Amino acid sequence: MFLINCPYCGERDQQEFKAGGEAHIERPKQPTELSDDEWAEYLFMRKNIKGVQFERWNHAHGCRKWFNMIRDTSNDEIKLVYKMGEKPPSE
Amino acid sequence: MQKTLRVKTSEYIDETNSVSFKFNGKSYYGFKGDTLASALLANDVHLVGRSFKYHRPRGIMTAGSEEPNAIVQVNDNTDRTEPNVRATEVEIYDGLEASSQNCWPNVNFDIGGINNVISPFLPAGFYYKTFMWPASFWKKYEYFIRHSAGLGKSPKEKDPDFYDHKYIHCDVLVVGAGIAGILAAKNAAKNNLKTLLVDEKNELGGATIFQNREFNKIENQSSSDWLKKEIQELKNIKNLEIKTRTSVAAYHGYNYLLARENLTDHLEKKDKQGKIRQRLLKIRAKKVILATGALERPLIFNNNDRPAIMLSSAVKKYADFYGVICGQKTVFFTNNDSAYESALCLHYKGIKVEAIIDIRDNSDSKIVKAVKDAGIKIHWSHTVVNTSGYKRLKNISVMKLSNDGMSVTGNKVEISCDCLGVSGGWTPAVHLFTQSGGKLSFDEENKVFLPNKYPSEQISIGSCNGDFKINEIIKNLSKDLKDFLKIEQADFDNISVDSYEEKSKRNIWLLPSDKPIGKTNPFVDYQNDATAKDIRLALREGFRSIEHVKRYTTTGMGTDQGKLGNMHALGIIADTAGVKMGELGTTTFRPPYTPLTFGTIVGRNVGEYFDIFRRTPMNDWHIQNKAEFENVGQWKRGWYYPVNGETMHQAVQRESKAARESAGILDASTLGKIDIQGSDALEFLNRVYTNAWSKLAIGKCRYGLMLNEDGMVYDDGVTTRLGENHYLMTTTTGGAANVLGKLEDYLQTEWPELDVYLTSVTDHYATASVCGPNSKKILNKIIPDLDLSDDSFPHMSFKEAKVDNIKCRVMRISFTGEHSYEINIQASYGKSLWEKCIDAGKEFNITPYGTETMHLLRAEKGFIIVGQDTDGTMTPIDLQMDWIVSKKKYDFIGKRSLYRSDTMREDRKQLVGLITDDPKIVLEEGAQIVSELNQNPVQMLGHVTSSYYSPNLKKSIALAVVRNGKNMMGKKLFIPMEDKTINVSVANPVFFDEENKRLNA
Repeated sequence: MFLINCPYCGERDQQEFKAGGEAHIERPKQPTELSDDEWAEYLFMRKNIKGVQFERWNHAHGCRKWFNMIRDTSNDEIKLVYKMGEKPPSE
Repeated sequence: MQKTLRVKTSEYIDETNSVSFKFNGKSYYGFKGDTLASALLANDVHLVGRSFKYHRPRGIMTAGSEEPNAIVQVNDNTDRTEPNVRATEVEIYDGLEASSQNCWPNVNFDIGGINNVISPFLPAGFYYKTFMWPASFWKKYEYFIRHSAGLGKSPKEKDPDFYDHKYIHCDVLVVGAGIAGILAAKNAAKNNLKTLLVDEKNELGGATIFQNREFNKIENQSSSDWLKKEIQELKNIKNLEIKTRTSVAAYHGYNYLLARENLTDHLEKKDKQGKIRQRLLKIRAKKVILATGALERPLIFNNNDRPAIMLSSAVKKYADFYGVICGQKTVFFTNNDSAYESALCLHYKGIKVEAIIDIRDNSDSKIVKAVKDAGIKIHWSHTVVNTSGYKRLKNISVMKLSNDGMSVTGNKVEISCDCLGVSGGWTPAVHLFTQSGGKLSFDEENKVFLPNKYPSEQISIGSCNGDFKINEIIKNLSKDLKDFLKIEQADFDNISVDSYEEKSKRNIWLLPSDKPIGKTNPFVDYQNDATAKDIRLALREGFRSIEHVKRYTTTGMGTDQGKLGNMHALGIIADTAGVKMGELGTTTFRPPYTPLTFGTIVGRNVGEYFDIFRRTPMNDWHIQNKAEFENVGQWKRGWYYPVNGETMHQAVQRESKAARESAGILDASTLGKIDIQGSDALEFLNRVYTNAWSKLAIGKCRYGLMLNEDGMVYDDGVTTRLGENHYLMTTTTGGAANVLGKLEDYLQTEWPELDVYLTSVTDHYATASVCGPNSKKILNKIIPDLDLSDDSFPHMSFKEAKVDNIKCRVMRISFTGEHSYEINIQASYGKSLWEKCIDAGKEFNITPYGTETMHLLRAEKGFIIVGQDTDGTMTPIDLQMDWIVSKKKYDFIGKRSLYRSDTMREDRKQLVGLITDDPKIVLEEGAQIVSELNQNPVQMLGHVTSSYYSPNLKKSIALAVVRNGKNMMGKKLFIPMEDKTINVSVANPVFFDEENKRLNA
């Protein structure tokens, strides 16, 4: 059970949160311009990394804000949380 | 009782307080402070159970939670019965009844013992291999296997006890109250850290509390006397909470631990009443100190499982702590010095020690010399090659070990004895450490796995970290604790500790016998009857991974999870396969460390508290009027309202007719309601719904369909424009929370530029839906000043109004196809509004109807229910709802997916109506639909999604999804059932009032 540092509320138990899959996948601005393959890439393709992964989380039973989390899936170490819209760190 | 099996001097046993209990129906006495195991041993009862597979007689082996054999059924045939309880952990009380498991008719004469005789034919994998053929016979085999398998009986009555959950937050959690844990907890608390110390036993002090006096001294006192003073001091320390009888079951990530606190299991029945039995502690600790100690290992030799073959440390604890004599003629069998401590302890108490068999060629440590001085015979370089005695050990055979330890030589020596204390060294209890994600490293010298890399703020101290002697424990603890807690000094920094140097042990995982291994019974996992032979067989058959060998042989899979034998299993695999143990690794130690009761896991969430119920403001009325209820999500919704003993079918038929002929009323309060405001609200609706919203005028309502990005229908409902930038969206009852979550997600992450605010108002309003040809008259009675003319208040529009001076919102919308109104009022007035409607509607026979009638009425109209007629694979086109998908809008959620090659396929499953040839036959929802009966394999075209008998049409109607159904209008199809085939034809899904005349009637 993680202890997650919500960027808005501080440290809370994992049971207050909902995981939302891979982060930084932007919805295409002009979906109709995309080929089937390009659309499918956005719609279906997600990484499933053993190691450092960028994820979306939602403080569903708290402030209800979405935010980003960098987590090592091999040992569940949470490396960083940051707000939606903020750029991911380059390293 | 036989006084002779007690030695005086145990301060932990109250000999003035005699306790009566029953075991296997026979009455015995013990003393307050005894465990069931110690009391039975004091009564000379060693045989307590039968093994799982071969039904071999088994006795008490340990004095702790690692016990593999002495697992008993407690209080059988009562509502408090519990199976698989370790006799070594049961504290006795007056009236306790316990019995052996896994034997029939009784433990002394067990029919299943035949398995022991035929055991050569029951090797590992026997069941897998034997009962595979022919496959059709499995049902017959299963009956017999199930009857001969299983440990204990589950309770049949309702559990009379309460259980609780409790959250604990602390700076430091210390697990295990042996000497290391006590010193750590004391120093943490003294440095202003909020500290919790837990131990699974009822007394603090671990093994040190009964430590042999001469050989371990602290500050020139015996270690036990010194520790007792430390324990006394604990009681006066602020910031320190101590919980005994509390076993940590699981250690999860981020220092989240689950522990079971046992509160009443040691009490008499009359004292248990009305108290919480067990409490699940959910502990979040900033730092965790594991001081879980070590478990003594047995040795693996031929017939090492007979009753009265025990761990050497257990023999010592029974004598020292409980004052119980396990045997009159005890022999110890060892590969290290610790059995000598046990031997001396017995010797000083006047219990005869026959001999010590040591597989080493010598040891000159202080303690061995003391044993020699006591005149106890030591057989160096010898091993036990066999034992005898069916229900109690009688005799052991001993032979000299060859230099390489692989075989035996010389003459066999027979030693008569009634107890054998075995010591194979110590295994650090690293279970919790590995559960937390910690990685182990193998210490070749001591043949132990030790904590290596800590995954969180934690340390392991004491013997669970490989420090087995008191001087090492205290020296290392002092340094580790200061580093870990960042404190200047520990209050035991400068104490003097005097312990003896131990000569290292000699490790042989599988000891040789004079017989070939195939003719021996060297048990590795006692509870599961897995032998060294089974492990070797698994390796011969090609298993290599330790996890595979475990599953094939069942080694380490019992209720004890192989706490004793796992290391030997690893060792035998490593030796046989010629690999290093460090490379082989261990199997995963999974939680719980010791079994948890279901009661503890669920706590108070039982019966009506199992899940949260949501009830509408009109709920009391529904109950008073004998409604049957249906669970929809967490809501309790009125299902139907039977009168005069009607069946469900009769009630629904009556309600459905009344709603169409005169008036019906439905409690629609459960529909999700989301208040949407902001200058971009209209744009937002355009993006989340498939249809266009730009032209929706203030005071108008519109039905909308919401898709997922994959184009599949997600939710539907009516949204009303209340003001310039103010909308009220309704969602399905079950989808409300998810829809809000999805909308918030898009607003926060994809379209943060939109000025839109969402508020869930589901609970703020109660909704009464009045429908039917007389609904207008009823509304007019309740709200006389509201203009209900079609010009002023047409279908799909909204008005604000007042009922008895209370503001309400009235929408003229319909899910039944009848002229109808939904009145939304502040929730607290919901019941009075409802009663007012009922009163006003009396002259029109207003009929309350529930969800079942609602479903029937909408099915007559071909209206879908998301989640019943759709299943996450249906697009609006599949539902034949093309009309609601805007072609003009540039984008909305899911739009692009409607043009994927897959979603544009003609032969997708599509929603159609079905009419049965025989109008009286009602189809089963979920029934499969085919077009050819004689195909093999038959091709399934789809299934029935909704089906009813329509009293208004006087025939059976159904909705179904059928492959290419759009192009099958009128086509005959078949629905093969178990006992008959039903003929149907494909029809328009709108069965009733296709022109929607009634909406404006």
